[in-house]
Amino acid sequence: MPEQLFFTIEVILNGLMAGVLYSLVALGFVLIYKASGIFNYAQGVMALFAAMTLVGIMEGRIPFAHLINAILGTKIHHFGWHVNAVLALILTMGVMLLLAWLVQKVIFKHLVNQEGIILFMATIGLAYFLEGVGDLMWGGDIKMLDVGIPQGLNLWIDETTYNMFDYGFFIDNLDIYATVIAAILVFVLVGFSQYTKQGRAMRAVADDHQAALSVGVSLNFIWIMVWTLAGFVALVAGIVWGTKSGVQFSLSLIALKALPVLMLGGFTSIPGAIVGGLIIGVGEKLFEFAVGPLIGGATENWFAYVLALLFLVFRPQGLFGEKIIERV
Amino acid sequence: MLYREAGDFSTTYREDNQTFPIRFDRYRYYAVMLIAFLVIPFFVNDYWVNAIFLPFLIYSIAALGLNILTGYCGQVSLGTGGFMAVGAYAVYKLMTAFPDISVLIHIVLAGGVTALVGILFGLPSLRIKGFYLAVATLAAQFFLVWVFNRIPWFYNYSASGQINAPERTFLGFTVTGAETKAWVAYLVCLVFVTISAIVARNMTRGALGRSWMAIRDMDIAAEIIGVNPLKAKLSAFAISSFFVGISGALYFSVYLGAVEVGEVFGINKSFLVLFMIIIGGLGSVFGSFIGAAFLVLLPVLLKNVLVGYFGWQTDVAAHLEFMIIGGLIVWFLIVEPHGLAQLWRLGKEKLRMWPFPY
Repeated sequence: MPEQLFFTIEVILNGLMAGVLYSLVALGFVLIYKASGIFNYAQGVMALFAAMTLVGIMEGRIPFAHLINAILGTKIHHFGWHVNAVLALILTMGVMLLLAWLVQKVIFKHLVNQEGIILFMATIGLAYFLEGVGDLMWGGDIKMLDVGIPQGLNLWIDETTYNMFDYGFFIDNLDIYATVIAAILVFVLVGFSQYTKQGRAMRAVADDHQAALSVGVSLNFIWIMVWTLAGFVALVAGIVWGTKSGVQFSLSLIALKALPVLMLGGFTSIPGAIVGGLIIGVGEKLFEFAVGPLIGGATENWFAYVLALLFLVFRPQGLFGEKIIERV
Repeated sequence: MLYREAGDFSTTYREDNQTFPIRFDRYRYYAVMLIAFLVIPFFVNDYWVNAIFLPFLIYSIAALGLNILTGYCGQVSLGTGGFMAVGAYAVYKLMTAFPDISVLIHIVLAGGVTALVGILFGLPSLRIKGFYLAVATLAAQFFLVWVFNRIPWFYNYSASGQINAPERTFLGFTVTGAETKAWVAYLVCLVFVTISAIVARNMTRGALGRSWMAIRDMDIAAEIIGVNPLKAKLSAFAISSFFVGISGALYFSVYLGAVEVGEVFGINKSFLVLFMIIIGGLGSVFGSFIGAAFLVLLPVLLKNVLVGYFGWQTDVAAHLEFMIIGGLIVWFLIVEPHGLAQLWRLGKEKLRMWPFPY
């Protein structure tokens, strides 16, 4: 049965890499939830928006061209230049920073101290708004994103494993890069929150808003910073997912995939987001591989949720979440 | 000046506890009912019924149901689309299995089936709270849609995977199917809406409703003063799903007539109904209606103005629509987190004093 065994291992490996991609989105959620208690549904749309902006800048599209054409009756669409990927990346980061500032200034400044559900609703409203803005700004067509990440079967792994076990593992280059990027991202984030002044302030805010305020931490600044960080994480997620399957509407749905990851890992834990992502990734691939054909396939749509649901019944705060203490 | 409680004395407890204690409100309510039942059916045409009245009425029932669960009992649910699908498929199975029984009875039974499913998916709510529960209800949403998509028994092994409402009559009038007259469909939905609203209103102000609100405000405290959380939460899930199921059944059988589950009852439907109750007002029967009206009318209006009046391309208009709806939701939350119903309440308070505020 070694064939079967190797195939299972391959499924698990691919599941792990898919899990890394889920974790990438979940990370952004955790950052914002920890610091401000906002359950940011718009994270997926932020990834879409960031990827669209990146493509738009790289291809030199004119923002709001469709709208301008509709109003003025002109026929403009491109500036006619192409922007270098690195420069475009920096510009996109600038846009995400601006977005974070606007979100804090226009929306959440006015909603301080509201209930969680109201904040959640506001982020859904934001998601709709951003989706509309993104489509209006850059057009609703499916865009190809290419920032130089190689795609396709990794020949080296295939050949080496074939020579060793007589079985070539099929692993996508993009997945390997995504894993490396995610690992770097996590190290940077952890380093930032542990060893910098702003990072400490961020953790202080996450711990206790009022205490942080009373020792002189500016909540407003921290919240803008956290939204910016989440925007950068969204950008990375958007690049990876966008390279994988094109920049299109369905990209925003990865937010839905990240939710069970969060439930499993706990809303407040960065390691939880990673481990949760890996468990979900492996779980759904294995389930689809082992049980899927028996019950009609496409189980990936719901398996993650049901797994998370069953898991939560036994551990309501998730794997790494803070213990829920209830008082009257 | 008309809106006064002066001179409006209640002489019995019954009068004191009625839904509309102010005389003007009461008359307005009767007038709305009269117009809805006796005037509108004679003037509606196909466009008005299909674009505005049917979606409004059907979404009102769904919003009422979700408002019971989320607004009154405090359990956020993102599974409304899935439960509507249960209602739709239940009524389809019942209609095809027992063609001799009236379709209206089937619709109510479909509500009952949905209530059972709702209880099943409500069970985790005893352990899981807050956002964790909201995400857990997504499990219901995706799982149910998948089940209806993949198990052929539910769509009677039809080749397309769609379900189509067979033609059924009630008192000689065609109620479902392609031959349905606009005003018949309107009246059927209106009857369901009226009954649902009256039931919901009376349920939420009785002992059951108070136990829900106690759970919503603080579940531990409620448990300590003797509210049974198992009973309160599961009854909220059951009754909420009952209404949602009825709305799903109507949506399929009377309004659309043919349904492909992934498109019609997807996650977007769950969000739409949730928006309705947030914008309309959590914990308010009237809010469910006004929220449904708002979100049904707004896209129609925007489309007419942008495409019809300005002559823009439909895709630009669609993107703008997204923007405007999103912006409006955020704006409403900032201005009045308790929804349009609260604005209405404040307006009425002002009106009682007007024009002499002291």
